[in-house]
Amino acid sequence: MSGSPVPGGPVLEADGALKVFPGVTALDRISFALGQGEVHALVGENGAGKSTLIKVLTGVYRLDAGEIRYRGERVEFASPLEAQRAGISTIYQEVNLVPQMSVARNLFLGREPRSRFGLIDFAGMRERASEILRGYGVRSDVRRPLGSLGLGAQQMVALARAVQADARVVIMDEPTSSLEPREVDKLFRTIAELKEQGRSVVYVSHRMEELYRLCDRVTVLRDGRVVHTGPLAELERLRLISLMLGRNLAEVAAEGLTKFGGRHHSHAAPVLRATGLSRRHVLDGVSLAVRPGEIVGLGGLLGSGRSETAKAIAGALPLDSGEVAVAEKPVPGGSVAAAIRAGINLLPEDRKAEGIIPTLSVRENIVLAALPRLSRAGIVSEGDVDRVVETFMRRLRIKAAGPGQRVAELSGGNQQKVLLARWMAMNPKVLLLDEPTRGIDVGAKAEVQTLIDELAKEGLAVLLISSDLEELVEGSDRVVVLRDGAVVGELSGAEVTEEKIMAAIAGENDD
Amino acid sequence: MTDTVLRRGAAGRTRVIAWLQEYGVYAAVVTLFAFNAVFTPHFLAVDNFRTQLVQVAPIVIVALGMALVIGTEGVDLSVGSVMALASAVVALYLGYGALPAIAMAVLAGALIGGAGGALVAVVGVQPIVATLALLVGVRGLANVFLPQLREFTNPTLVALGSDSLAGVPIVVIVAVVLTAAVAFLVKRTTFGRQLVAVGGNREASRLSGLPVRRVLLTVYVLSGMLAAVAGVLATSRLQASDPTSLGLFMELSAITAVVVGGTPLTGGRVRVLGTVMGALLMQLLQATLIKHNLPQSWTQMAQAVIILAAVYAARERR
Amino acid sequence: MTTQTTPAPPVPATQTSRERAGRLFQQHGALLVLAVLLVAGTVAFDSFTTPANLGNIATASSFLAIIAIGMTFVIISGGIDLSVGSLFVLGGVLAAYGSRYGAAVALALPLVVCGAFGLVQGLIIARTRMAPFIVTLAGLLAARGLMLSLTDEGATTYLVEDDLFARIGQGGVFDVGYPFFVMLLVLAVAAVFLQRTGFGQNVYAIGGNEDAAALMGVPVARTKVVVYLVSGLLAGLAGALNAARLSSGVTILGIGLELDVIAAVVIGGTLLTGGAGTLGGTIAGALLLGVIQNLINQVGGLTSSFQQVVSGAFLAVVVVTHRVLGRVREDT
Repeated sequence: MSGSPVPGGPVLEADGALKVFPGVTALDRISFALGQGEVHALVGENGAGKSTLIKVLTGVYRLDAGEIRYRGERVEFASPLEAQRAGISTIYQEVNLVPQMSVARNLFLGREPRSRFGLIDFAGMRERASEILRGYGVRSDVRRPLGSLGLGAQQMVALARAVQADARVVIMDEPTSSLEPREVDKLFRTIAELKEQGRSVVYVSHRMEELYRLCDRVTVLRDGRVVHTGPLAELERLRLISLMLGRNLAEVAAEGLTKFGGRHHSHAAPVLRATGLSRRHVLDGVSLAVRPGEIVGLGGLLGSGRSETAKAIAGALPLDSGEVAVAEKPVPGGSVAAAIRAGINLLPEDRKAEGIIPTLSVRENIVLAALPRLSRAGIVSEGDVDRVVETFMRRLRIKAAGPGQRVAELSGGNQQKVLLARWMAMNPKVLLLDEPTRGIDVGAKAEVQTLIDELAKEGLAVLLISSDLEELVEGSDRVVVLRDGAVVGELSGAEVTEEKIMAAIAGENDD
Repeated sequence: MTDTVLRRGAAGRTRVIAWLQEYGVYAAVVTLFAFNAVFTPHFLAVDNFRTQLVQVAPIVIVALGMALVIGTEGVDLSVGSVMALASAVVALYLGYGALPAIAMAVLAGALIGGAGGALVAVVGVQPIVATLALLVGVRGLANVFLPQLREFTNPTLVALGSDSLAGVPIVVIVAVVLTAAVAFLVKRTTFGRQLVAVGGNREASRLSGLPVRRVLLTVYVLSGMLAAVAGVLATSRLQASDPTSLGLFMELSAITAVVVGGTPLTGGRVRVLGTVMGALLMQLLQATLIKHNLPQSWTQMAQAVIILAAVYAARERR
Repeated sequence: MTTQTTPAPPVPATQTSRERAGRLFQQHGALLVLAVLLVAGTVAFDSFTTPANLGNIATASSFLAIIAIGMTFVIISGGIDLSVGSLFVLGGVLAAYGSRYGAAVALALPLVVCGAFGLVQGLIIARTRMAPFIVTLAGLLAARGLMLSLTDEGATTYLVEDDLFARIGQGGVFDVGYPFFVMLLVLAVAAVFLQRTGFGQNVYAIGGNEDAAALMGVPVARTKVVVYLVSGLLAGLAGALNAARLSSGVTILGIGLELDVIAAVVIGGTLLTGGAGTLGGTIAGALLLGVIQNLINQVGGLTSSFQQVVSGAFLAVVVVTHRVLGRVREDT
């Protein structure tokens, strides 16, 4: 960690901040200092601890150890309200306002202008709201429900709300992810104004251009630790990305760190072909093809459209346009069942929300998708189920008290294996794996990697999404790199290196 | 990752709660039964058992359907009204014979259930409002079909309500058979597995290609049919069709039985035997208080406490 | 660490005419239908638009309307209160019982007891985060039990012994009974609280998005407690007024009333998902149910069962319409 002087003296500091959740150390005694009048970039991949740090600073979570200092004094905010009153405002990544309430009410909730008798002065509130929001380029009727505005406009309302509060510190968590270019400009101008007024901004984003354009200093988090902090201008783009992804450039040459075997050479015709997948604000004409026996990696930072591409191929994300075909036969869009029938199976990114059925046993979870094939006349053939479950529990070395144990009680790695088993039981042609090894322990990770390798050798077409560059490089035969929902590079053979991927992500191959 | 830590930290308390969640309702039934056996005169009499079981049978049947619906994270408020409708339909079609009349009644239940299911699964209305509309409307419909109480003497229907097979009332036999059928449905069929999966995690079920809409629709149809059967049985016992009062507040009794039986309102689990035990517990509680000359009002207050305790205990999980 | 995945809010198109129609229907649909029915009733029946009949509808609907006002707060906050029917009956019994000690006690007793009931339910809901549906279902049973135990299992009907108190329920101005004016007063106060105070904003905010509201600094637990307290209080008040009107604490009327109340609120355009709704709509919904009943009585030869069929069908149409129009907004 490189210490650097805090410009303008620190406004908000975390010192030795420790936050532990059951099983995870989200913040491992980190220190962070925000200077007065500076725009401070906070970067890191998923699970690095960014959101936890923000929540600790704004009174959503309490620290387990360490302290927060605000304007030199030790503080313990009991609630977001207290932090706001003290002058720390936050704009969350998902617009955290109330969609059913009007724009004006959202803007002023908790500090509505009062008329005589202490009642809310709506006329005055609307007038002021219109006036304020005009300054942010929002010209909609402020009486409309917030939810009827575009996401960008909603984000601008959130911004106005945060800035309105006479905040000394404004924390912005990926504020541009849903903004139109015009709105982004307005946001940047607002940030510049805040800076001029001597207010401070914590800016979380994955977009390199923005970071370098806006931010004075940067703090890089990884696995709950600060891996770098210092002036941003002195840091090369590639170096920043390598810090975020945890790859030392010198180390890149070292091979064999993962359990993936050698490359799989396949010259067969592609079994999966996706053409021009597009969805407004999400995907922009993504095309890719995967041959049988091939592992194609999908690279890119968080929010680049990796998961959305996988979901679109699996029929779980409606598309504006684009086509998916398996073995040259088009798959009807927007239907998971149709995709599964065509042999496309998706291991979703969010194991808890989209994968496991927590109330059911390991056994039921494994055969969930395959049930109709293991039934006769609607009655489950328990013998067949047992055979399938036994086969996969053994092959995947799923560690459970038995097939009857509730899946929610398993470790993350074993839950992931259960989900893999669910799809393997379907004899798929195409397997889409979205972060298959995230959040699981080293042993399970190696096992899952070996398994993916074996599956490819058996002739499966695999699309692998991973934030872990090492995994991506060693696992993939080819890598398609995404940025802002579009394909920005495709690497194959000897080109598949961490440097090349990072360069593509950073946009250094552009123009 | 989180779970290993939790398990290691699991103190006795967690284990006790887990045990209570799993077997609490059985323990309560056994305790109350034992209490009565010792302290209540004439409790261990065949007649008493018959009376209690005959009374609880319709509740059990309705609660079975309710358990399925709650297993999908829904609720069906229309069951009492469906009972009334079934009662009216039976009376109207009795001229064609008992069996066609019963078939029509069950069909009517299926239709109402289908309407509720369509509102929930296809239109996306919240289960509580969708079935509330049916609760209000269907009771009215039953009264329109049959404006006043009508007595009947159809021997088959009367026999259904009052005869016994080998000493066991037919009503009770039907309840037992349906319990077995629903248990089989939940445990052994594809549909049953998909039902709990949809209730446990709808998004994961969708991503696994399950027919989520069809499952939801079917669940409400089944609930409607079971309520109709309960309505027919209650009617046959009364030897009269009384759409005005038959099945009033049945939705509350059924929800109570399901919840007390350990099926969580958050879905993903259906406890068939637990539901039966829940209904039995409430019946036994009522009987105990009555036999000891404690007023009806105590029963309701005791029920309130039991419901809260059951749900509070279930809340502790995870 | 668990990353929260909230589905991204809908990306809306510009406001279409269909969308506008949807919002208009949701907010004023009940009023519109009410107006249509009043016109239709006037045309069809000579005896409908008489002062006596209209006054009768207004008075008879006011009890339901008062409870529905409280329920509107609860539902906007994202909850539900099943206990109001029982509390209404309990309030009536307590008022009749209390009337022997004078009008003040007759009014205060139900308010205190029913308010306390609501308060306890609110505390349980806010503290334990148990589902409001279950907590108030238990409240329904407990309140009914308490009512029964006060009346020797429903056998005793207390009579109202205070003339002043009885006059609140039975007197009126021209053909409109005092309960209607009480309802208007409650409505006015409630509307000010819901629309013009920070508390009201908080109710909408927690119903719209509880997590966001907490992050925006709304005192979620306190708001919930107050909401159930208000609902209990108003159910008790309606019960007291009803007892005054009937001169007795009737123990059977009003059981199951909670469902009519919820129906009135939903017909009035308040979404059961919380976060939206108006008191005006609720009153229109309550009056609408009263008018439907009255019209069906006017037709003659039709039983009151038709009222239920019509109410149920209307409720279904309302929720489907809300849902379909709401989906237009979500899908684009």
